[in-house]
Amino acid sequence: MTAERAGDRLFRMSVAGFAGVVPLAAAALAWQLARESASTWKTFGPAFLWTLTWDPVADVFGALPFLYGTAVSSLLALLIAVPLGVGAAVFLTELAPKRLADLLMFAVELLAAVPSVILGLMGIFILVPLMRALGSPYGVGMLTAGLILAFMVLPYITAITREVLLTVPRPLKEAMYALGATRWEVVRAVSLPFSRSGIVGAVFLSLGRALGETMAVTMVIGNTPRISAALHDPGYSMAAVIANELAEAASDAHLSALVAIGLTLMAVTIVVNGAARLLLYRLEARG
Amino acid sequence: MKRALNLIALAVLLAAPAAARMKTLNGAGATFPYPIYSKWFDEYHTVKPDLQINYQSIGSGGGIRQITERTVDFGATDGPMTNQQQFKVDGKILHIPTVLGAVVPAYNLKGVEDLKLSGQVLADIFLGRITRWTDPSIAKLNAGAALPDAAITVVHRSDGSGTTYCFVDYLAKASAEWKKKVGVATAVNWPVGLGGKGNEGVAGLVKQTPNALGYVELIYAKQNDIAYASVQNKAGKFVKASIPSVTAAAAGAAMPKDYRVSITDAAGEAAYPISTFTWLLIYEKNPADKGEALRDFLRWMLKDGQTMAGALGYAPLPDSVKAMVAKTIESIK
Repeated sequence: MTAERAGDRLFRMSVAGFAGVVPLAAAALAWQLARESASTWKTFGPAFLWTLTWDPVADVFGALPFLYGTAVSSLLALLIAVPLGVGAAVFLTELAPKRLADLLMFAVELLAAVPSVILGLMGIFILVPLMRALGSPYGVGMLTAGLILAFMVLPYITAITREVLLTVPRPLKEAMYALGATRWEVVRAVSLPFSRSGIVGAVFLSLGRALGETMAVTMVIGNTPRISAALHDPGYSMAAVIANELAEAASDAHLSALVAIGLTLMAVTIVVNGAARLLLYRLEARG
Repeated sequence: MKRALNLIALAVLLAAPAAARMKTLNGAGATFPYPIYSKWFDEYHTVKPDLQINYQSIGSGGGIRQITERTVDFGATDGPMTNQQQFKVDGKILHIPTVLGAVVPAYNLKGVEDLKLSGQVLADIFLGRITRWTDPSIAKLNAGAALPDAAITVVHRSDGSGTTYCFVDYLAKASAEWKKKVGVATAVNWPVGLGGKGNEGVAGLVKQTPNALGYVELIYAKQNDIAYASVQNKAGKFVKASIPSVTAAAAGAAMPKDYRVSITDAAGEAAYPISTFTWLLIYEKNPADKGEALRDFLRWMLKDGQTMAGALGYAPLPDSVKAMVAKTIESIK
């Protein structure tokens, strides 16, 4: 009896320790990033966030073109992938015959398992020439990056949306049908509102992935730290500039500025996740 | 359970002396000479089986940082350490030149076989002053060539790189405006153009984009069958990059005692102007057994190692430099 109690206590304490590792790791990461980038924040202050120049020779650094590139390419990806993914999920749950739905789901899961560098290669060899044929001056650019990211997050949105659509209670739908509603009316009035919070969750999970994606983006975005209204023009993203320049950053100021970009990226993801939590909380409260 | 532990303990006891007999040297740095370095370390291991040399090609910047902090036994770089970087070192780091490489302007122009460019024109293109292939300054160098009436798509490296350092070092010598507005480093603030990641990224963009102009390492352009331009050297001759023309550039440079020399825009009729040495970074004073191992390896590198350079697309050191390096090696302790 006592032995069991001691065992229980040991178990409780060890799993609590495991759980504690997660926030500790996050805190240590933030602290380390802040420490390593301290000289950048001291030199440029908060203006680092809205400075347009990135000049490693003159040691003048600003994060704005990268913030802009990350935000725009990720939003473009969602703009493309959300309607596609939700539409596909509706088809898979409500309309497709079961066999076809299983086959398609298998394909969706396969797409989710493709490593991003492979998608980047596909971007270089298929998407970029295609974009150029369609009239984009370089083929690479913000829109191409958005398309690759859309490919990448599409399976997440489809799979999660399908899962939540499957949880819609049958009696609700059957009641609508009994009232003479069409399929579209059932989807619009019952299925989608019922799965609202799940879909929002899927969107934010995808946004998180798009914000941090490095390899596939740097291969097709054009890697030019400039802000341009034209979506065909090349841009740059936060994750891409860190991956590109960290290995050869020779001066301390350059290194510190890259770490500062990393800290900014971490802050952006935390804000996005926080916003998602808040939104989900409100949606649930409203019922 | 107890038996398993005993077995592990026994294995550790047996393995420890074996590990102690095997000496290792650890190095890190430049990616550009990685193919020849890995070949050297492999071959040298067959000559000296009790020495293992490990090399991580993490980039010149990383190599300089690691050797400064003494986390590796030697570093490697494509751009010499600046005075400011050397000031931070506790001790004295020697630059040992190993081989030479070249950077070539790679282009994609239908029907243009042998494009000719000068340093001034290259700088103006990368500054965004010359934007079309039909610009009179390009046409003047290429009489008779069918240059397209199209915009030039400029491609550069997006990652920091010794290749970029060599290329912009040349542009800064050819154009005062480049030196003032952009400057020289492994990564710069490019006035125009697209960024490709790595040699393969730039080569891919140039190959795919009609009317593009970029820069890649000579060996990369050769292996991938990309057209590259001749560049006008200091003597006014148009020279295409090759192993002899790169060695000629090295021979034409006056070598300072610390080997920190830029040989872009070198003198000499046959010299290719966008060439560079690549260096190993080694402390003058090393821990007892390591100094000897480093010395032995470097002697071998000067004699046998140099003969392997050509096959991999690097130019071997000219004889005059070899003689100098041989003396420097003996000063390593």
